Amino acid sequence: MNAPLSIQNLLPELDHSHLDWLEEEAIFILRETVAAFERPALLFSGGKDSCVVLRLAEKAFKSRGEAQGQFKGRLPFPLLHVDTGHNFPEVLAFRDRRIAEMGERLLVGHLEDSMRRGTVRLSHALESRNGHQTVALLEAIEEQKFDVLMGGARRDEEKARAKERIFSHRDSFGQWQPKEQRPELWTLFNTRIKPGEHMRAFPISNWTELDVWLYIAREKIPLPSLYFAHPRKVMRRKGLLVPLTEVTPALPGESVETAEVRFRTVGDMTCTCPVESTAETATDIVAETLKVTVSERGATRMDDRTSDASMERRKKEGYF
Amino acid sequence: MNALNAAPGSRDHRALRFLTAGSVDDGKSTLIGRLLFDSRAILADQIDTLEKRALGTSAASNGPGFDLSLLTDGLEAEREQGITIDVAYRYFATRKRKFIIADAPGHEQYTRNMVTAAAGSDAAVVLVDITKLDTLASPLTLLPQTRRHALLAALLRVPSIVFAVNKLDAATDPAQAYGAVRKALLDFAAEAGIAVAGVVPVSALRGDNVTQRLDASWYQGPSLLQLLEELPATQERRSGDLLLPVQYVARDGDGGGEGTGKQPRTLWGRIAQGGVKAGDAVELLPSGQRAVVAQVRLAGNAVDEAGAGQSAGVVLDRQLDVSRGDWIVTPGSVRETRRFTATLAWLDVEPAAIGRKYWVRHGNRWVQARISAIESVLDIHTLKATDAHQLVVNEIGTVVIETQQALPVRAYEANRVGGALIIVDPSTNRTSGALLVKAVH
Repeated sequence: MNAPLSIQNLLPELDHSHLDWLEEEAIFILRETVAAFERPALLFSGGKDSCVVLRLAEKAFKSRGEAQGQFKGRLPFPLLHVDTGHNFPEVLAFRDRRIAEMGERLLVGHLEDSMRRGTVRLSHALESRNGHQTVALLEAIEEQKFDVLMGGARRDEEKARAKERIFSHRDSFGQWQPKEQRPELWTLFNTRIKPGEHMRAFPISNWTELDVWLYIAREKIPLPSLYFAHPRKVMRRKGLLVPLTEVTPALPGESVETAEVRFRTVGDMTCTCPVESTAETATDIVAETLKVTVSERGATRMDDRTSDASMERRKKEGYF
Repeated sequence: MNALNAAPGSRDHRALRFLTAGSVDDGKSTLIGRLLFDSRAILADQIDTLEKRALGTSAASNGPGFDLSLLTDGLEAEREQGITIDVAYRYFATRKRKFIIADAPGHEQYTRNMVTAAAGSDAAVVLVDITKLDTLASPLTLLPQTRRHALLAALLRVPSIVFAVNKLDAATDPAQAYGAVRKALLDFAAEAGIAVAGVVPVSALRGDNVTQRLDASWYQGPSLLQLLEELPATQERRSGDLLLPVQYVARDGDGGGEGTGKQPRTLWGRIAQGGVKAGDAVELLPSGQRAVVAQVRLAGNAVDEAGAGQSAGVVLDRQLDVSRGDWIVTPGSVRETRRFTATLAWLDVEPAAIGRKYWVRHGNRWVQARISAIESVLDIHTLKATDAHQLVVNEIGTVVIETQQALPVRAYEANRVGGALIIVDPSTNRTSGALLVKAVH
């Protein structure tokens, strides 16, 4: 009764036009955020999603300069990065170069400061610091008195995020209460908060990984080099490729090999893994993404693998 | 390449956002799982996780080795309770279109979730479980929840309503069963005044007629996916008078300023109706001041004109006192009011209180408001209005609202932006209600 599925018929066409709609929506959300709050900040890690949000913010708040891709003016908010101390050096160098080129303000919250203060304690020296970022993030919010943080989280990433609002309320402990979420009706966002509380705003909620890559390709958005194929020393561990770094050494009995890889997400070095790839440009990555059979976080995150609900738990604690 | 600069009326590329409504066991999760699985939105590791969890549960044929409905399974907090508590958003795309599913749980007590999912949706897919109906009875009796879901979607003005007649695989005579259910649905819709965009037979479990057309003598129509691909996305009218709620007033140096202090301010907002171009005379509300448009901008570029649905930046020919929440309109086209009748969907566990001061948001403006009267409440099963003096959570009624300041409200049917408001409890900041304006006094 049912014909076999033709993959060909189910693939999205390489049509950029729906990106205009997504772009308009994201810019609308960014302007809403800046208009409705006193002290906004934009989370910027150098990762691809935050690079996309940064470009959207330029379009929302700056005017076009003479050269292609150049903007004049300054964003009406600072950028914030939580540095775990385990970031890939290429990404930090990229982050600092972009900020300097754009003339923007960057604030960095260091996890190591929280460790010195005693608010973060690792159970062992090489423990993944990804989950602990939350503490440094909330400390930065409190210290800077931010009342809203814009971030590049997407609903297609993970099932806890599928239920996330565009404007997501956080209580005075920075916590997400999934059962207490405010209904979000039309674009009449409820941006009212009490002192000490804050909001998270997600302008690219409705984008998928493919949309992000299509947009990067179309807009020629600069990204850290490790998003593109490069040779890297890796170990094969539980179906993942673990990069050889000072914080992720080879385990006894593991062999190290050099593979052609790229990263699909860029996070803490202890929990971010690359995938094998020959994609050298954003367009190549679009083609690969169309063929991909493993989800973004599943292929690349050791921390999300520990349990089916790990993201939900971290989000409740205040993670992005 | 940039459709924002395309002529008004050119092809719209917005995603189609649709909600799915169904009761427990109607196969809603299986249907969504099928759409995601067949369009490859579900990836191998997610399937792996599900296969681990799904040991012992029934598997769909022509699909993966697990129950498709688990694909949309939600939060740990929900699994503990065995219920879904919130709207989840899902994404998939075909060659023709990007889709956003607002997946609302079907329980009766979660009307608020359906209201949330319906607000801003272009279409509703109402699931009908054929196995729960006596298809040989004449007349065939539809389930109360089918009537309720369709009536709610119509009440919330979802533009296209589609019935998906599911579990066809379980019918001994699918042609007869589908025919009988289709007739009952169309009779009911005609009686209730609901426009139906389609009645599509499907088997979510087997995948019949979901993404691939059914090849049967008794059904020549489109598959569910084909139908969804062709439905119109909701668009605000590009013709008619200008209606532009000011969202953000850019200071010098951002949003189009040059940072020199000499650049005039840009008033940004998404156009709710009509269009704007340089040289247009406009009126500002509530001040009533008039000005002429000097320049129109879109995302950092000066443009000739902008139309409904676009976020435009308007530079005026003179410096006026304008703030977020004001409106830019065609002079003399808008009447402001402090009193209107509206449909109110109450979403808060604390009942609506007559006379209490609430915050309401209309466009980009927050004002204080009172519910001055509750005229009626709708019986959720029949959608008949009955006299009432109270509105509790998940109830929908007709109310009279009085606002502290005059607002340029429109009937929701005429303009969604001008006719929609939210009510916020001033003590908890919870979003307590959704208002759809019926008539302006």
